[in-house]
Amino acid sequence: MSYSDRIKGVIEGSDVAIFMKGTPSFVMCGNSDRALQALRRAGAPVTAVDVLPDPRIRQELSAISGWPTIPQVFVKGELVGGADIVEELEQSGELEQTLREKLGDGYAAARDEQTVSLV
Amino acid sequence: MSTQPLRELLERAFPDATELDVVDRTGGGDHFQVVVTAPSLAGLSLVEQHRRVYEALSEPLADGTIHELRIKTKGGA
Repeated sequence: MSYSDRIKGVIEGSDVAIFMKGTPSFVMCGNSDRALQALRRAGAPVTAVDVLPDPRIRQELSAISGWPTIPQVFVKGELVGGADIVEELEQSGELEQTLREKLGDGYAAARDEQTVSLV
Repeated sequence: MSTQPLRELLERAFPDATELDVVDRTGGGDHFQVVVTAPSLAGLSLVEQHRRVYEALSEPLADGTIHELRIKTKGGA
């Protein structure tokens, strides 16, 4: 069985998706944590997917996105980048600007955070 | 791995680089920070800029030599 369809479903169906090592309540990698914290500071409504339960999730995700490392952050289906880019954009204010443009001004009101399991 | 082979790969991929730095963040030879400033990156999104770095370092990334990579890129001189 392939994960690709469900991975694409999360990417395309979420306002903000983060594929990470661990979950928001139990982060297993410093870079995933950096990206998650930057998203939280920007008030992003995050849908998180843990890639650790099966190595194929990561393989199939990278095949879809063309991005080799974890974490990977998507806004409205578009790859924003990994931890370095998300942090850089958050610090410059561009992350909030992008979120406002793509999700609307009130995007932060929800303060939504959910975890989706693919396994 | 020392920083030198990574630096050479990046120099080959970014011959126009005005700034090119590779730092071993932990001293363990597997957590690296690279900084690349090059005119050839100008006009590209950060995603595309980082993709160029990943492409340049695809071999050490794929074989696990690089365990963690932090990237800072800039277009321009």
